[in-house]
Amino acid sequence: MNITINVKVNGVKYSNTVEPRLLLVHYLRDVLRLTGTHIGCDTSNCGACTIHLNGMATKSCTLLAVQADGMEITTIEGLAKDDQLHPLQEAFRECHGLQCGFCTPGMIMTAADLLQHNPNPNEEEIRTALEGNLCRCTGYHNIVKAVEFAATKMKKEVAV
Amino acid sequence: MIPAEFEYSKANTVDEAILALSLSEAKLLAGGHSLIPALKFRMSRPSMLVDISRIQELKGIHEEDGEIVIGAATTYAEIMADDYLRSQLPFLAAGTSTIGDMQVRNYGTIGGSLAHADPAADWPAMVLATDAAIEVKGPEGKRRINATDFFTGFFTTALDENEIITAIRIPVPPEGTVGTYQKFAQPASRYAMVGVAAVKTPGGKVRIGITGLTEKAFRASAAEEILSGKALDDNNIDAAVEAAFRDTEPMSDRFASAVYRKHLAKVYLRKALLEIA
Ligand SMILES: Cc1cc2nc3c(=O)[nH]c(=O)nc-3n(C[C@H](O)[C@H](O)[C@H](O)COP(=O)(O)OP(=O)(O)OC[C@H]3O[C@@H](n4cnc5c(N)ncnc54)[C@H](O)[C@@H]3O)c2cc1C
Ligand code: FES
Ligand code: FES
Repeated sequence: MNITINVKVNGVKYSNTVEPRLLLVHYLRDVLRLTGTHIGCDTSNCGACTIHLNGMATKSCTLLAVQADGMEITTIEGLAKDDQLHPLQEAFRECHGLQCGFCTPGMIMTAADLLQHNPNPNEEEIRTALEGNLCRCTGYHNIVKAVEFAATKMKKEVAV
Repeated sequence: MIPAEFEYSKANTVDEAILALSLSEAKLLAGGHSLIPALKFRMSRPSMLVDISRIQELKGIHEEDGEIVIGAATTYAEIMADDYLRSQLPFLAAGTSTIGDMQVRNYGTIGGSLAHADPAADWPAMVLATDAAIEVKGPEGKRRINATDFFTGFFTTALDENEIITAIRIPVPPEGTVGTYQKFAQPASRYAMVGVAAVKTPGGKVRIGITGLTEKAFRASAAEEILSGKALDDNNIDAAVEAAFRDTEPMSDRFASAVYRKHLAKVYLRKALLEIA
């Protein structure tokens, strides 16, 4: 039996009737056409599908859409405010934190969760937080730098 | 990867979940971080999923009758953030932080981990070393299963078909109890290639839970006997490490041979014992 779910995605309310077996990542990409959330593996390992569910980073390939009923979702498309990139997006550009860019939405969503809980992470804490996100291009160094850069920038913004 | 078809229902109470389980070939869905990958690979094809992740009575940590009670649907992230648990047995929070990655810890639950009984999961070692009881409820009511009797084999437990784990009950440790969890993580999945949880009470009793080594988690009883009531000095630790795995037959897979796993187990047992010495 199909199930009707109500979710709020990037501030917009949606109501859809879905098959219970529909994965959340497929709901976001195929039903809502929010294709910034990527699928990089079949084994819950790569983190390319990371989104925020009620503010917490989760792998949307390992959740059913029906499990998100009643919840708030943020995807990479929801981070920028109007024309203003999120500090993490700006930092990844500034620090060359991406090459092909496939892992980037997931990296940024995971890093955003980290910075919410720990606005001042050291290198080790950043690397630990990003353990569930794989990048096949950058070698991670510039990703770590980007997260440090964003943390500094976000602190300045708060200070202003 | 798309799972086969199934029906889905959300349970609001434990009794609703038990009823749903007995009515169909249903499976419980908690965090889904073991079950959904299995559904995607179609290794598991239940006709119905009963979502227990929002049942309030299964969530949270509190003290009751001299026991620390952890609700089965409490997530790893909630366990790591719980001040009361951290004040009683800080090593459980530290051990939980070694599970998978941040996203997995945000959704996976302690009850799901124990019910799934993956031979490489971390919490089985921790419930063994803390002498926990697994509280379960079924159509006939509640019962308690000792952690030592709970894991019965490869991905199998003492749970009956229509039973649900409601809580993990850990005796409040006497003041001065120390514990540790030492793990060699499989570098890709971060599951335990070998994990050793060890607890020492002020009275000198030592309990050791081992995961990852064999097809189910177990207590290292031979080592416990050698150490109980004794100083954890070099001689006694040497003797315990030598005796611990004499009769164990480790698993062997593409990540680690049996010989290598046993070697790791000895190294990590020694690390754990030095930590609580
Ligand atoms: C990428 C990745 C890495 C991981 N790394 C680790 C690791 O390093 N260490 C580790 O220990 N685990 C690891 N896990 C597994 C993770 O801990 C799982 O979340 C956990 O094992 C299962 O919990 P769950 O709540 O997700 O259960 P689910 O997947 O929802 O359920 C698992 C099984 O338990 C049953 N079940 C669930 N709750 C109950 C209950 N209350 N009573 C009875 N039966 C129940 C279900 O029916 C199902 O059969 C990893 C998982 C992933 C995806
Ligand atoms: S797609 Fe790889 S973890 Fe979700
Ligand atoms: S930039 Fe290509 S995978 Fe990370």
